[in-house]
Amino acid sequence: MKKILSIALAAAMALSLAACGGGNNGGNGSAASNGSSGAASSGSGAASSTPAPAPSGDLITVGVINNDPNESGYRTANDAAMRSTFTEENGYKATFFNNNDAAQQIATAQQMIQDEVDFLLLSPASTTGWDTVLKDAQDAGTYVILFDRMLEADESMYVAAVVSDMAAEGETAVNWLADQGLDEYNIIHIQGLMGSDAQVGRTGALDAKVNAEANWNYVTQQAASWDEATAKTIVESVINSGKSFNVIYAENNGMARGAVSALDNAGITHGKDGDVIIIGFDSDTWAMESVLNGSWNYMGLCNPLQAEVVDGIIKDLMNGTAPAQKVIYNPEPGFDAATITQADVDTYGT
Amino acid sequence: MSTPVKNPETQVKRPDEPLFKRLTRQQLFIPVAALVLLVLFNLIADPSFFAVALKENSLGNLVLTGNLISVLDNASELVILAIGMTLVTASSGGQDISVGATMAIAGSVILRMVCGGQVTADTMQMNLLLAVLIGIVVTALFGAFNGTLVAYFNIQPMVATLIMYTAGRSIAAWINNNQLPIINDLAFKYAGTFLPGIPVPTPIFITILVIAAFWLVLKFTNLGLYTQSVGINPNSSRLNGINPQMVKLLTYVILGVCVAVAGFIRVSRSGSINYSRIAENIEMDAILAVALGGNALSGGKFNIYGSILGAYVIQFLTTTLYKYDVPSTALPAYKAVVVILLVVLSAPVVREKLASLGKAPAAKEVS
Repeated sequence: MKKILSIALAAAMALSLAACGGGNNGGNGSAASNGSSGAASSGSGAASSTPAPAPSGDLITVGVINNDPNESGYRTANDAAMRSTFTEENGYKATFFNNNDAAQQIATAQQMIQDEVDFLLLSPASTTGWDTVLKDAQDAGTYVILFDRMLEADESMYVAAVVSDMAAEGETAVNWLADQGLDEYNIIHIQGLMGSDAQVGRTGALDAKVNAEANWNYVTQQAASWDEATAKTIVESVINSGKSFNVIYAENNGMARGAVSALDNAGITHGKDGDVIIIGFDSDTWAMESVLNGSWNYMGLCNPLQAEVVDGIIKDLMNGTAPAQKVIYNPEPGFDAATITQADVDTYGT
Repeated sequence: MSTPVKNPETQVKRPDEPLFKRLTRQQLFIPVAALVLLVLFNLIADPSFFAVALKENSLGNLVLTGNLISVLDNASELVILAIGMTLVTASSGGQDISVGATMAIAGSVILRMVCGGQVTADTMQMNLLLAVLIGIVVTALFGAFNGTLVAYFNIQPMVATLIMYTAGRSIAAWINNNQLPIINDLAFKYAGTFLPGIPVPTPIFITILVIAAFWLVLKFTNLGLYTQSVGINPNSSRLNGINPQMVKLLTYVILGVCVAVAGFIRVSRSGSINYSRIAENIEMDAILAVALGGNALSGGKFNIYGSILGAYVIQFLTTTLYKYDVPSTALPAYKAVVVILLVVLSAPVVREKLASLGKAPAAKEVS
């Protein structure tokens, strides 16, 4: 009985590994560990000191820790870009790990550092709790590059961060909303996964405005954790209670879509010529098309394609050039139903 | 928690028995009491909760709206899952914790079929019924996988279904090559929203159909009897000519079919899917519905109508909490309170205490 049970458990693990793994061979390339142990002695201030390049002709080992590619269209695009950039043809030996649980991300990061990867690319699921990992990485001479999401740590703890400025995205959207010049803003605010960088940044901008202005009010402020069905339920509940509202600020496109379907069922008009202003975030093509056809009003772009920039930074570091700036923000404009063009959709949609 | 099953409620009616005791002995006492409490709370706090209105939706159809409609509509998936979960619980004395993950698989398969492998499709590429049938076959197979582990390998249900719980969402993503497909065909959304010209949400009809189907099956076949006897004592069932393994396997396959129907409703609400978030934690709600319905989680005797009622109570609670702006992240905590109350109430010690509480005053009157 116990034997069968353990076999089943082993099968479960094997299955989950097979399902998640994209060529996980473990980062134990011997040439690579030479490179990083050489750099270990250079101590702190990694960005300013010249890193030891790996012997030419060898692959650069990178450990990529990302969120679950299935959580949203944004993440799917982000993960796909990372996987297609860090390939053997491009000179990398990459190990990927995807999980939305920060604790598991941290455990895997520590494993990768022990496996002596040259670069640790990190999109943290939470903004805190990474101090030990960053310290260990520094001690081991592993370069940490943050992509997509920031974490709370001193700048000296990582070489570069290629991130979306979530607070700026929120501010751009809130400023756009303020420019619409409504007499009163009665807002349904649908939040993402609480504590994530995207939620904190996008909520912060709106919270500040609502607190500052007398005619900005929350009808409700609820977390739907990026879930479309939950977002729909939240809006449905507000409609049923008969409260009036004229803005839906959803922190990603999926949730905005759920909110819109609740409006459609209740016959409430929305979009360019409608009663309710719809705001979403991220980069999905279908969402940009919704803005283009006027069914939504605004989509704040969150650019998921950092892989190329990260690739450039790594190549520069290998040649001994530190990045000019520690924190690099991708340009992230907002798209408005009045001004968006098909060209925008083609350029930025994912 | 097993004792209520093992000593079947006495069928003899004693008219002199105190009303309170007779009530609490009823299996449906807990879900009905919970429902009454919720209704009373809403009536007192804000009677407008029960307002139902006929409004025109954006497609020009007249449709019913209101919290009551929301409860009936949104509970659909949970009700259908709870029915299957009741059978699984009764036959194997354990629960399938993979239903949320397999719902993602069902939704992914159906979307892949109707989108024809494209990421965005404006019209259905395949007959919808055929796509749903394929979804049903796929999740029935996954149900058979779970059932085989439980019935033939004697693995504890929770451990056996842990496999699909872990792998299911990744499999769902793999089916669509990690893309998030979207179908814009209005006809696809009929099942999750409204049929043209009909004011009642379609999921309510689907739920009624499923309940009716199970009512017929339980009335005209031996499924219910066999399931109970296997759950109460597999060995004596075997000696009486029932194949306990087959019955257990069958209940898991039936749950697989329920999962496909629930998954279909869920994806047709929006025409899209989010593998890691769709129907998250719904397995816990389904198990809670079974427990709320007064069914012993250790198997044996069961009552699917209790579970159905339990599922509606859970949705009623959720909708009520949303109405009062309770943060959605705090909902699990409120459900936890319900679980604690339930576990305590169904504990044999408390039941005896309750029964004697009801008896004590009556005894005094006699003396």
